[in-house]
Amino acid sequence: MMKKLLIGAVAAVIGLSSSGSAMAAGAADPLPHISWSFDGVLGKYDRAELQRGLQVYKEVCAACHSLRYVAYRNLVDLQYNEDEIKALASEAIVIDGPDDEGEMFEREGLPSDYFPSPFDNDKAAAASNGGAVPPDLSLMAKARLGGPTYIYALMTGYTDPPADFELMSGLNYNKYFPGHQLAMAAPLFDDGVEYADGTPATVDQQARDITVFLMWAAEPKLEERKQTGLKVIGFLIIMTALLYVVKRKIWADLH
Amino acid sequence: MSDSGFMNNTVVKWIEHRMPIFAWTQKELVDYPAPRNLNYWWNFGSLAGIVLVIMIATGVLLAMQYTPYAPVAFDSVERIMRDVNFGWMLRYVHMNGASFFFIVVYIHMFRGLYYGSYKEPRELLWILGVVILLLMMATAFMGYVLPWGQMSFWGAKVITNLFSAIPLVGDVIVTWLWGGFTVDNPTLNRFFALHYLLPFVLFAVVFLHLWALHRFGSNNPLGIDAKGPQDKIPFHPYYTVKDLFGLGVFLILFSMVVFFWPNGLGEPDNYIEANPLSTPAHIVPEWYFLPFYAILRAVPDNFIGSWMGFVLVDAKLAGVIAMFGSIIVLMFLPWIDKSKVRSMRFRSWRFKLLFWVFFIDCLVLGYIGGKPPEGIFIVVGRIATAWYFFHFVLLYFMSRGERLRTLPTSISEPVLKGGGTPAGAHAKPMEKA
Repeated sequence: MMKKLLIGAVAAVIGLSSSGSAMAAGAADPLPHISWSFDGVLGKYDRAELQRGLQVYKEVCAACHSLRYVAYRNLVDLQYNEDEIKALASEAIVIDGPDDEGEMFEREGLPSDYFPSPFDNDKAAAASNGGAVPPDLSLMAKARLGGPTYIYALMTGYTDPPADFELMSGLNYNKYFPGHQLAMAAPLFDDGVEYADGTPATVDQQARDITVFLMWAAEPKLEERKQTGLKVIGFLIIMTALLYVVKRKIWADLH
Repeated sequence: MSDSGFMNNTVVKWIEHRMPIFAWTQKELVDYPAPRNLNYWWNFGSLAGIVLVIMIATGVLLAMQYTPYAPVAFDSVERIMRDVNFGWMLRYVHMNGASFFFIVVYIHMFRGLYYGSYKEPRELLWILGVVILLLMMATAFMGYVLPWGQMSFWGAKVITNLFSAIPLVGDVIVTWLWGGFTVDNPTLNRFFALHYLLPFVLFAVVFLHLWALHRFGSNNPLGIDAKGPQDKIPFHPYYTVKDLFGLGVFLILFSMVVFFWPNGLGEPDNYIEANPLSTPAHIVPEWYFLPFYAILRAVPDNFIGSWMGFVLVDAKLAGVIAMFGSIIVLMFLPWIDKSKVRSMRFRSWRFKLLFWVFFIDCLVLGYIGGKPPEGIFIVVGRIATAWYFFHFVLLYFMSRGERLRTLPTSISEPVLKGGGTPAGAHAKPMEKA
């Protein structure tokens, strides 16, 4: 019965998934199947992908999208050392204060600072982007159906609209976006960034790297979680097996 | 504790004389006689109690880090996920613990339905169980609002709005629930306060539930009363160890979800901060509410009006009545099912069929609750809702004409095939080892 209920629950969730993406202007294309390094019980983030993803974020996404839950200190996860993190943080200009004279002042970023937002507020963001506020990307990999794969698909899903599709002016066609029309123009181009590690910067490569980076931004404790999970479940299996033996022994005189 | 050395301890004797708590513990938790034939479906009661404790423990720890203030509530949850030591674990355990609490309790309820555990003399035990379910639902609903994501906010808006359907005082009640004229910070504050309070009320009702249980003891798969000591065994060690083994299996399944699929049962929209200006395309409650959500939406507009020829209640109110009615009707079950036979094992195939159709009907309602209200889903939802209530009507009439079968003469008869020795109360299992 447990199993049936779980299946029911899963069916319900799948039901939600399929209903959530079916929107006014037609259902989005089904997402491609991509395997990620962080998938599975042993999943881990690939450090090279993370570092390249950070570069894509800084050089492309950060022009419009904030990443407000990520601080420079968190970049230790990307295997940057303390000096590198200080250097990365110092590129940012942070408004601090008030100082002893009551004045706000500008200073270089510190590892404890969070990534700066490209706009002062949502109104400014909307004014610069044709009325649409570019969403914060910190949790994007968990905030859309399909999760990280949706981000990858969106990055690579820009195509010419079908002949019979009426695209509103100022919007862009993307086969994976619910409704197919979105304000964001295709952000990635071949060699749009020049990777520090020399990896060829195809659109596909950049899309993969930014996806891995944003998954890390959304779920920074994923590796700790999976490692802990393996230990916990391993312990529980042994304990439960022992309890079963004890149960059999105690009940033996009743049967 | 039965060890006489312990009971002869001076301090123990001093306490025992003033408050016989040790004797009570011995009687209710150690010697407590339980039927010897309980199967694994009987594990889910104690399991539900343990899940409640897990929820309270993780909840108290989360409350130390969470900030119930609308502008920062979402941020504070993210801080728990990122900066609090093992905060991600506390949060994922608590979040998925709610789902598993409902899975366990739903199984526990279907167990009661199948084996007739609600029947005389356990009616009050059953009713207290329904009260527990209602409290769980209220608690889970308010807890889901606290992260202040999009689904939190809009779910709160939809559900609190239901109360506006109540004639005359509806709007006043909604304003009072909100603490204002829309879902906002005062709503979040009171929901947090109530979300912290209700689990303790729940705990108290669980205590009453156990009190009522211990009056006559557990029902059993045969549904017949114990005839003597040979039919019962002491709770400890037999059921303590069996429950612990069941707990182990449960924790393995639970851990698989918590550590490897923590967001699988949730809505992605709740990782978007609440925005009163942007309505999600589909507002859906958590999966465990979907059957009731389906019933709420099943009542057609003006159905009752056009059927009765005049408007008695509007569709929204009728939907709300149907939704709450679907739970309240369970309280009357002991008087709806009049058959003296408790266990489905000794009832005809008609009742077994009725039970399984009802079970599938609940699953169908859950499926429909997650679908948009359009096309075939509306039709199926209405049929499934109608059947949900019709089930009880059928049960009422069918159980009155039920032909009784011969029941086993005692619990130990089929277990020991007639010739067993009375093990039970006097067995000392560990001494055999």
